[in-house]
Amino acid sequence: MTTSNHAIRAEGLVKHFGDTIALDGVDLEVPTGTVLGVLGPNGAGKTTAVRILATLLQPDAGSAVVAGHDVFGDPEAVRRSIGLTGQYAAVDAMLTGRENLVLVARLLDFTRAAAGQRAAELLEQFGLTEAADRRASTYSGGMRRRLDLAASLVGRPQVIYLDEPTTGLDPSKREDMWNVVRGLVADGTTVLLTTQYLEEADALADAITVIDHGRVIATGTPAELKSIVGGRALQVRPADQADLGDIGTLLTRVTGRSPEEPAKGLLSVSVEDSGALTETVAALAERGIEVTELALKLPDLDEVFFTLTSDKKGTTHHEKESEFAR
Amino acid sequence: MSTITSTATSTPSVDDYERETWLPWLRHALMLAGRSVIKLRRHPEQFFDVTLQPALFLVIFVYVLGGAISGSTHDYLQFVLPGIMVQTVLFSTVSIGVNLHTDIKEGVFDRFRSLPIPRSAPLVGATIAEGLRYTLTIVITLAIGLLMGFRTSTSLLSIVGAALLVLVFSWCMCWISIWLGMIVREAGSVQGIGFLAMFPLTFGSSMFASVDTMPGWLQAWVKVNPVTHLTDAVRAMLTGGPATHDALLALGTSGLVLIVFAPLAVRAYRLKA
Repeated sequence: MTTSNHAIRAEGLVKHFGDTIALDGVDLEVPTGTVLGVLGPNGAGKTTAVRILATLLQPDAGSAVVAGHDVFGDPEAVRRSIGLTGQYAAVDAMLTGRENLVLVARLLDFTRAAAGQRAAELLEQFGLTEAADRRASTYSGGMRRRLDLAASLVGRPQVIYLDEPTTGLDPSKREDMWNVVRGLVADGTTVLLTTQYLEEADALADAITVIDHGRVIATGTPAELKSIVGGRALQVRPADQADLGDIGTLLTRVTGRSPEEPAKGLLSVSVEDSGALTETVAALAERGIEVTELALKLPDLDEVFFTLTSDKKGTTHHEKESEFAR
Repeated sequence: MSTITSTATSTPSVDDYERETWLPWLRHALMLAGRSVIKLRRHPEQFFDVTLQPALFLVIFVYVLGGAISGSTHDYLQFVLPGIMVQTVLFSTVSIGVNLHTDIKEGVFDRFRSLPIPRSAPLVGATIAEGLRYTLTIVITLAIGLLMGFRTSTSLLSIVGAALLVLVFSWCMCWISIWLGMIVREAGSVQGIGFLAMFPLTFGSSMFASVDTMPGWLQAWVKVNPVTHLTDAVRAMLTGGPATHDALLALGTSGLVLIVFAPLAVRAYRLKA
């Protein structure tokens, strides 16, 4: 593949903050018009990578081309092509929603009239028209995120960085944000999304890059990644501890795998599809075993990391390090 | 939420909007200065800093202490008004460091920096807004003084000169605040350090009492304190007397502060913002 097919191509990004290594040779590739999910825990280096690709930070080594422009050779051209939405909504709380958008539009050289027009369009698009002339400090968390995202779209950028866009949002608001991202992709925008949630990457991304301790530890489509982790986990907690043995046998028979006991009195076994759930429910009913908990869970990030890094145990625990140190 | 319409294909592309092209560097800085001015209007604390505070200080100093210090409140008003003007503006230089620190911390500067504008524009814009704020403070303090009975006895040119001197001096000083704002961990530290430094600089000067009433050790400090020279120059330019020597000394020190702290502040800003 040639560079022109890629809206973002970064090679060997290295960044140190003092003694801490934030990025230790990260490669990222995002084909034009697709969504790359960058998955990793706090301190993995996600934000550092985004800040470098957004020209906010100089790496110690490596190269990056965004929208056909060299990030370090022509940062000005890169800035004309990108939109950035941080994990904390970077809006000016003392200004109204409209003023925030107009300011960004004016800084993008829109005339006064054009800036007002563009701000009104975005307020409408993000359901903020009613709150447009209220100070952003009065907005709810979700509204602020939307305003922040709207601000990054003022110049209709070809490439958008969404740095943990839903961290701290409640699940229903998360769904709204996902729909907005899907809308952007439908318009042909390339999106680089960082997230701590496997579910989010799964819902939005065409490809996922998992990074940890500043290194890429896995890349692939969501399906490929999930097959590594082993799909979903079926979890059963009997009402009576004495039934644990029976349930264990039952789960082994249904799934063909022997269950683990990740917490006291809770059995967990990985399954490929939801069929196992139905079978288990039927088998439990047949034997009259009562349970207090029965769930089909997507592997959470911890499990992904545990699986991906299980060959080097002890590295799955992450200190909150200097992702934000600048 | 159903109000989000995710397809925006019907909206015109960026190139369909009319563009400004004049002096991008100045234009961007002025727009960001405009943002600071809007914030000043909305930030009650900072607005009180430039309106209520000088009024309060004038009333307290003139009516509470004036009679005891000068024998007559009017005489003391004539003496203390230039001092209060200088003090109010100098104290208000602290807030630029606090504000910039907050902007960076909250990520607002990341947004600015991800836009195709000069990297210095947010900083330049903030200092332009500071200049406007100081001018406002100077005018308000003078107006309150006039209402209370303060009378100038010099030319209009000299009064404007006095205002410009305070403006230039304070603007140079604000670079210390900017530098502090870039290097401290918490915005509150700028406030703490700034105020701590302001007390000996302002009260330890000729602002509130004439130097010859002070003990020798204090006179030694007061006489080298640049704020003394600034206050004496402004006092002379408003109510008469020789001003040139003090004015030049004040300008000289503020120039020195600018030469030392502006590069430090810009360097720290480049690292941080």
